[in-house]
Amino acid sequence: MNRAERLRNHLMALPPALYLLLFFAVPSVMMLFASFRYPGEYGGLAPWYYIEDGQLSLDFTLENWLRLFESGIYLGLLFKSLGYALLTTLICTIMAYPLALMIARSQKRFRDLLLLLVILPFWSNFLVRIYAWMIIFSPQGALTIGLNHVTGALGLEPISLMFSSTAVITCLVYVHLPFMILPLYANLEKHDNRLLDAAQDLGANRFQCFWLITWPQSLPGIYAGAILVFIPSLGIFAIPDLLGGTNGIMIGNVIKQQFVESRDWPFGSVLSLVLTGITLLLVLLAAKLGKTGGANSGT
Amino acid sequence: MLEINAVSRSFGDFVALDNVSLHIQAGEFFTLLGPSGCGKTTLLRLIAGFDQADSGQILLDGKSLCALPPELRPVHTVFQSYALFPHMTVAENIAFPLRMAKMSKSEIAHRVAEVLDDVRLPDKANHCPDALSGGQKQRIAIARALVNRPRLLLLDEPLSALDAKLREQMQIELINLQKEVGITFVYVTHDQGEALALSHRIAVMNKGEISQIDEPSVLYSYPDNRFVADFIGQCNILDAKVVSSDAQKVSIAVAGLGELTATANPEITFNSGDSCALTLRPEKIRLAATLEAGSDEVLFSGKVHDMLYLGDVTVYIIELANGVLIEAMLANDAPGRTRLFDTGDAVQIAWRIDAGHLVP
Amino acid sequence: MVHNRPSKTLVSAGVLVYLFLYIPLAVVVIFSFNDSKLNAEWVGFTWKWYEKLIHNENILRAAGNSLIIAIISAAMATVLGTLAGLAIHRGRQKWLPALVLGPIAMPDILIGVSLLLMFILLNVSLGSVSIILAHVSFCIGFVALAVQSRLAGMDQSLIEAARDLGASPWQSFRLISLPLLMPGIIAGALMAFTLSIDDFVITFFTAGVGSSTLPLEIYSMVKIAVTPEVNAVSTLLMLVTLTLITVLSKISPTVLRQ
Repeated sequence: MNRAERLRNHLMALPPALYLLLFFAVPSVMMLFASFRYPGEYGGLAPWYYIEDGQLSLDFTLENWLRLFESGIYLGLLFKSLGYALLTTLICTIMAYPLALMIARSQKRFRDLLLLLVILPFWSNFLVRIYAWMIIFSPQGALTIGLNHVTGALGLEPISLMFSSTAVITCLVYVHLPFMILPLYANLEKHDNRLLDAAQDLGANRFQCFWLITWPQSLPGIYAGAILVFIPSLGIFAIPDLLGGTNGIMIGNVIKQQFVESRDWPFGSVLSLVLTGITLLLVLLAAKLGKTGGANSGT
Repeated sequence: MLEINAVSRSFGDFVALDNVSLHIQAGEFFTLLGPSGCGKTTLLRLIAGFDQADSGQILLDGKSLCALPPELRPVHTVFQSYALFPHMTVAENIAFPLRMAKMSKSEIAHRVAEVLDDVRLPDKANHCPDALSGGQKQRIAIARALVNRPRLLLLDEPLSALDAKLREQMQIELINLQKEVGITFVYVTHDQGEALALSHRIAVMNKGEISQIDEPSVLYSYPDNRFVADFIGQCNILDAKVVSSDAQKVSIAVAGLGELTATANPEITFNSGDSCALTLRPEKIRLAATLEAGSDEVLFSGKVHDMLYLGDVTVYIIELANGVLIEAMLANDAPGRTRLFDTGDAVQIAWRIDAGHLVP
Repeated sequence: MVHNRPSKTLVSAGVLVYLFLYIPLAVVVIFSFNDSKLNAEWVGFTWKWYEKLIHNENILRAAGNSLIIAIISAAMATVLGTLAGLAIHRGRQKWLPALVLGPIAMPDILIGVSLLLMFILLNVSLGSVSIILAHVSFCIGFVALAVQSRLAGMDQSLIEAARDLGASPWQSFRLISLPLLMPGIIAGALMAFTLSIDDFVITFFTAGVGSSTLPLEIYSMVKIAVTPEVNAVSTLLMLVTLTLITVLSKISPTVLRQ
């Protein structure tokens, strides 16, 4: 009976495992190979072996990886993207915290509705949400015109919001904010309000109540949210593509460029693998923080 | 009828059952009693077929159950969480085992109606389990497990989710039900009071082993070891050394009290010099300001160290000479406000030699 | 007791964040009814952008394409994801969660470019088929999560009770597990459908020249110029997702929180 059960278990796992092996694991491995190959003459990849005088030779190279370090442009861009993602995460945390706390402290019957209001915009199409900011930041838009009245009155140069890093980061925050609110709320909702009563009873003021009781307990929620915001922000290409202009581009734009426009796949693979590496590191870090953080807070 | 022979089961380093053997008679209400982690639930799961023993055998009516999956064993279980299927009505829940046994529709309807009558819930047939109270869920879970007339009914702490009043009522119902249907019950609980009240026989388990199997009154009065004495009821346990022994009586030396006599289970032999323990139930101790000791009694003087007023009884902790503490119990059976001793009062206590029971 | 109610400061900060979330979408909806080619100033009410839309062959074809792709992807992902959820719950294959949840954790662009690389190297022509294959690979994880969370909330003794009362493993799955899992499976299916119909990044890399989906069409329109026609499509799209969400929340309110 035990053997039959084990067999059933494996048979059940087989179809999804095979599918994801083929359409997730294999492409990743192919990409690893591609990063050591030469680009093809007309894009794509050059053959990885050639036969000369009946002798088989392999044609792999470290050139693509060296290129990453030789030219400061790409590393610089990588750091800039990390900076954008970090800033996005920070702003998301600052904006998400009061809202999550407000929902967690609202009456039970309102919480689901308030939460739904957070999720709703997140279900509208990704491009529509970017497009909305294209309208808001457009040079003919009320916001830009209004701001330039102010700068004009102060005797400053007129500013353009469109195609700037401000536009990119605002939109990054807008798109990823729910990813911070939801885990943070899930954490805050579990807090035991009696702890705050106890702290107050023992002489803590409102600020101390927050800083010594609520905040440390909410850290696991923030870690979870930070991962959910940081990783997708780092890899994004559509937002800088539509709102960033030439100054606002991020690492995702270069990857897209290598694969779609300049068709230098080996180098595109190198950049993708670097991004994959960073993601994996962060996921592992989050798993670790999640474990210890969870144990400390007892939630 | 059910024979468990040398069954062992480990989970990694943890030994849940260590070479357990026991025999259960047909028609018996048999209880596995022990603290959590003692292996009682593991044993129940082995009998039901949810888990496999590492070694040993489980025989039902002389036939091994080990190769059979749970659905082919004539053994049904009442789960601690009741495990009523939430997407089925009460009637559908009860009909489930009959459906699985491929019974005809009319036979199923007849049997379901019958068993619903037995548990006195005939009007709940079309309710959802979620709409029932705890006690009602309990009865439906039992009805569902009994409807296909299993050879053996396993009950896994079925009353633990009920409040105290309801639990007592359900205990009486369970005893009557078992008498009526005549099916063998194997009952798992950590509640010694429940075990004493319900069972014909009890197996007390500790750390994966069986400490003692006996009828409730034997278990209570004549425990085989310190664990059983301590686990069941309140008990004074005093370390002692055997001085001499004959068939009926053992002479022992208790630290601080000197030499005295006690009884022991005849199966257990005590040799002089062995260390042992004197067990003494608080309600078997007489307590008064001054006492006249009978010829078969031992008597000590002391003073009240602490007292706990519990309403029906008062528990006194008496400090004897040399600082030995003994717990005694007085029923507050006089009408009106009973006169109580106060902390510090000088008192005397006495017990009959055969109330002092010796364990290794 | 003070802590059971949010303070005034907290409520006002919360309202500001809600405004931040909703104003941009409101702008899109409002300008879809604006009688001006520029999304800048309110001129007057009109339906004309919607009228133009229903005559736009490209958009209609792309929308139809999106719908077909989403239905097929969701169906495939639901079957595979349910199996994955069940297998993960039993926990026999320690590596399975990493494989199933990997595509969710990775940035979209990495899934997109690695699939593009493989499809080209293996001579798979890019089109609806390659888009579906890609969509299924990232939807499986979401369905598996929905099913698994349902399983985690299920009393394990229900299955044991069914076996105990005489049901075979298959019977206990069909009569007990499956009906109890159904809300999770349906929620997972709807989620897969929405993710597929909404996806831009992965579709961008795995779509061929001939095949377009609604998000790709919107992208190319937006790339060229900001026109109120895009506002009209966006508004309609919001309406569709709103309907889906309502259905989803009726079936399983908890799934939305994932």
